Amino acid sequence: MPFDTAYEAITEEADSGHRWAFGTGFADPLAGVDTTVPDGVDGADLGVYCLMLGDDALIMSHRLQQWLARAPELEEETALANIALDLLGQARLLLARAGAADGTGRGEDDYAFGRVEREFRNVRLAEGADADFGGLIARLLVFSTWRLALLARLCDSRDPVLAAVAARGVSEVTYHRDYAAQWTVRLAGGTEYSRARIETGLAVVAPLAAELFAVTGTEQRLVAAGVAADPAALRAEFDAVIGQVLAEERLAWPDVPALAAVAGQAGREGVHTEAMGYLLAELQNIPRSYPGATW
Amino acid sequence: MVSERPSVLERAREIAAAVPDPELPMLTLADLGILREVSADSGRVIVSLTPTYSGCPALTEMRRDLAGRLAAAGLDAEVRTRLSPPWSSDWITAAGRRKLAAAGIAPPRPARTLPAPARGGPVPLTLTPVRRDLACPRCGALGARLTAAFGATACRALYQCAACGEPFEYVKEI
Repeated sequence: MPFDTAYEAITEEADSGHRWAFGTGFADPLAGVDTTVPDGVDGADLGVYCLMLGDDALIMSHRLQQWLARAPELEEETALANIALDLLGQARLLLARAGAADGTGRGEDDYAFGRVEREFRNVRLAEGADADFGGLIARLLVFSTWRLALLARLCDSRDPVLAAVAARGVSEVTYHRDYAAQWTVRLAGGTEYSRARIETGLAVVAPLAAELFAVTGTEQRLVAAGVAADPAALRAEFDAVIGQVLAEERLAWPDVPALAAVAGQAGREGVHTEAMGYLLAELQNIPRSYPGATW
Repeated sequence: MVSERPSVLERAREIAAAVPDPELPMLTLADLGILREVSADSGRVIVSLTPTYSGCPALTEMRRDLAGRLAAAGLDAEVRTRLSPPWSSDWITAAGRRKLAAAGIAPPRPARTLPAPARGGPVPLTLTPVRRDLACPRCGALGARLTAAFGATACRALYQCAACGEPFEYVKEI
């Protein structure tokens, strides 16, 4: 509905009470979608897998949102906000799918706001805070290149909900990857300073890349059931695309050791870096301070 | 012959088709191509919508608006989400494209990306700003310059006309 000013639109009289936020009764993104778990697929495994992919999107989205009002240019801020919004939309669908698959009936809010750090299954790449725009672009390049390769393969998943979310996500993440890749090239070919920023950014995220291709037991079983994409099989496409971007301005992929897992466990098993606790403290502050609040 | 009393499904379809998009208020659900089906299930009217972008918050508003209008018309109706196949900007109707252009927004060109498996290979990388050769909605000249790949909503990019300088929005192809 039209308003004369933006302020009028957010007054109480105009408030529909259904804003997209915690406590507003926002509609289930899977309303009316058939969420039956396919034959021969373990619902608990499928739920965990949807949490992995949903948490990647949720946590990366939150990091991107932290750049709002801090980006170097309005156009870049808008771009980062749009990328964050796409990922948040993917997260909502995947977390809702997790609750429908694992038999607990939990909703997207229960997963996003009600779990503790050890229960989040995102890769550690998604949770890191970046010092500058170059760092963010390097992280987004690695994240979106990997996620696009993953979603493209999931379009054939035997779980029709996962396949549909992936098919939509492929078009979205294609734009994200192009954005990050074009900025990588621009920064590398700009000034000495901008080149140093993207090189430093790549050096920060490179140790987190190996984890993207590690395979958990859950994924192994779901790959066999035709539901999940094999993470190890994404490496060749990832290397080819990153290689093509870096070659444009003769950047080198940093030769750095991978960040070690802790007793064999990393993000997928709920073992995170120090940055994760601070991120969740912010993300979950309102629901934890006012459990069950509505407004 | 047009019946004097259109069937319940026809009425429901007419109501659904006329609901406006809050972000692009010149377009209706039918213009956008997100109204996928109006059908009946055990005496209830079922209206199926396909979201545009995964995170588009306008869909919630459209669902609520639609449910309210159907209820006000005395129809026992339910709005369902249909995720597959994903929405494409190719589904925006000819009328929708004319309305966008009349409002100064360049309508989308044919979608360039398909899910990779449909083409049997990885999605190609685009390392330079996409050239689209859009006609300026103000002066009609070609050769607008991309100023931002992402605009005020998920579905739009920003351009500036090289001839008259008019900045304008473009609904991205997806």
